[in-house]
Amino acid sequence: MVELWTPPPGERAHTMVPRMLRVDRVIRELPDIVTLVLDSAPMGGFRFGPGQFNMLYLFGTGEVPISISGNPVEPGDLVHTIRAVGQVTRPMCQVKRGDMLGVRGPFGTEWPMDDARGKDLLIVAGGLGLAPLRPAIYHALHHRSAYGRVIVLYGTRAPDSILFEDELHTWRGRFDCEVDITVDRAPTDFRGHVGVVPALLDRFSFDPDRTVAMVCGPEIMMRFTARALTKKGLPREAIWLSVERSMKCGMGVCGHCQFGPTFACKDGPVMRYDHIFRLLDIREI
Amino acid sequence: MESHAPWQVGSKAILSVTGLGDLLGRLWAGGRQVVGPVVRDGAICLGPVRTIADLPKGLTDEHGPGTYRLKPRGDEALFGFTVGQHAFKRSILLPEVALVQLRRKGRDVEVEPATPKTQPLALLGVRACDAAALGIQDKVLCGGPYADSDYEARRADVLVIAVQCTNAASTCFCASMGTGPHLSNGFDLALTELLSPTHRFLVEVGSPAGATLANQLELTPVSEGDLSDAKTAEQAALTQMGRHLETAGLREKLQQNPDDSHWENVANRCLSCANCTMVCPTCFCTTMEDRTDLTGDIATRIRRYDSCFSEAFAYVHGGSVRPTVRARYRQWLTHKLSTWVDQFGSLGCVGCGRCITFCPVGIDITAEAKAVGAPARTG
Repeated sequence: MVELWTPPPGERAHTMVPRMLRVDRVIRELPDIVTLVLDSAPMGGFRFGPGQFNMLYLFGTGEVPISISGNPVEPGDLVHTIRAVGQVTRPMCQVKRGDMLGVRGPFGTEWPMDDARGKDLLIVAGGLGLAPLRPAIYHALHHRSAYGRVIVLYGTRAPDSILFEDELHTWRGRFDCEVDITVDRAPTDFRGHVGVVPALLDRFSFDPDRTVAMVCGPEIMMRFTARALTKKGLPREAIWLSVERSMKCGMGVCGHCQFGPTFACKDGPVMRYDHIFRLLDIREI
Repeated sequence: MESHAPWQVGSKAILSVTGLGDLLGRLWAGGRQVVGPVVRDGAICLGPVRTIADLPKGLTDEHGPGTYRLKPRGDEALFGFTVGQHAFKRSILLPEVALVQLRRKGRDVEVEPATPKTQPLALLGVRACDAAALGIQDKVLCGGPYADSDYEARRADVLVIAVQCTNAASTCFCASMGTGPHLSNGFDLALTELLSPTHRFLVEVGSPAGATLANQLELTPVSEGDLSDAKTAEQAALTQMGRHLETAGLREKLQQNPDDSHWENVANRCLSCANCTMVCPTCFCTTMEDRTDLTGDIATRIRRYDSCFSEAFAYVHGGSVRPTVRARYRQWLTHKLSTWVDQFGSLGCVGCGRCITFCPVGIDITAEAKAVGAPARTG
């Protein structure tokens, strides 16, 4: 018999009401990707953990879950990087400086920055998957001495679709950060790596006992990357993925984001591979 | 006549049919909306019950896979049926509700949270399965780190006036789910309808609020005969129960068989119409919709029921995660009878049988759950 409801103790967040924040800057990253910087000063800054997301609302259009792509140690700017692919994100990518967007959040789990202290970080991104990982990279570089090696591997479609290219160059220029990229296809004059992300892993050696991998990208990319990492001896417990599902509430009450027994919004988006590797092999889960 | 008040939690007494009318009157006079069974369009629906004349007198319901009919009982029973297509969730988790309104003024947007216009409710005729379903939805919508504030506000003042089942349908399987047919907690008052020798109700007080109410009513002491009549009546529900679902090992079985060929078998029959999710008393999925007025300056964010049977439900950019009916039926059944346990600590099915009755092609959750992962079948 199920127990009947009693108001739970303590204060809980419960709101479907967005806070409206003004767009301070619009950065056109790629033809279909923009970064929107919202001014969170009116609400005293916006604190979040690397990997968390917000529900972003465009007036009269709708709401979508978008990972925060900004710097967690600079909470004044609230930064999201969005690809124009759907009914909401297409008009959202057209907003101008001074327009307002609604924000609910932050929601969801974080990249395991604390658990990874003292370990080597292997950050593997595919396409727009670099955006949810960028706060983790900022965090690691800001607390650089807390971690061993910091390796960033990035795969994208083509040399002209490299997200955050300037920053990748900056990170690669540091003596304490290893960066490499690969593209799916390229013109003949491209001198970088051509191939899928898991193939890039072969160019690096890791100590499986002291490496924590954080992987974000299309589901198929994460599946193959995680498998390749386990083949290299990384335990599943040391591999973390960020899962993407449809979301309408962000707080576990709308039912949309179910991924097997988990809710991607509150049990994720960041999940440990040993908890979900079986689910990833089920078609249409 | 000696006085037996005050009645307390656990007290049992007898309420006459006119006494039930008095109860309804007092509830309405106290500012409560009484929602209970009423006949509409040849079905027993839920709606406002102002007097006992609004109740489905002398009617019963005949259930089967894809079949539902009302039939005369040939007596004066007011609760002589089981469950219709409406679950009480529709009074608390509303099918459609505005959660927030936004006004555009130049480049600014002003936000006005919609304050739920709640009226205290009395739910009349709540069966054991439906009471269990209320408890499950409470857990889902208010038990996590975040609460659904609209649901919470509407749930805050709800009296549950339960009715113990004295008959069961061929589609009922609450006994398998451990939710019924007898309801032993989760109510304010519970009525057992007794038809002979006189038409009366055995009332059980389940809460302090129920006791307060009981003390305003003209109740008479309960006799041994009343108790034995009630026991006999309730026994009938158990013997009439038409279906069984084996729950032992079910959670593991469903999660371990995502590629079972039976999912395809169901998909070939399932119309993906979402009826089962609409009639289910525990299904809680909702979506958000923006509606703008003609000027385009006022937008209302509406929450409305959604269903995992729609292709759009699991849409992420590029397409649906579950494009096939096979995957959507598997999601629904596996959630209800398996992953719900991982998420909320109980099964998500209470055994009311509505999904069987109101499935246009008569898909039977008990049969499908049994068939998935069953040892090798032939043909």
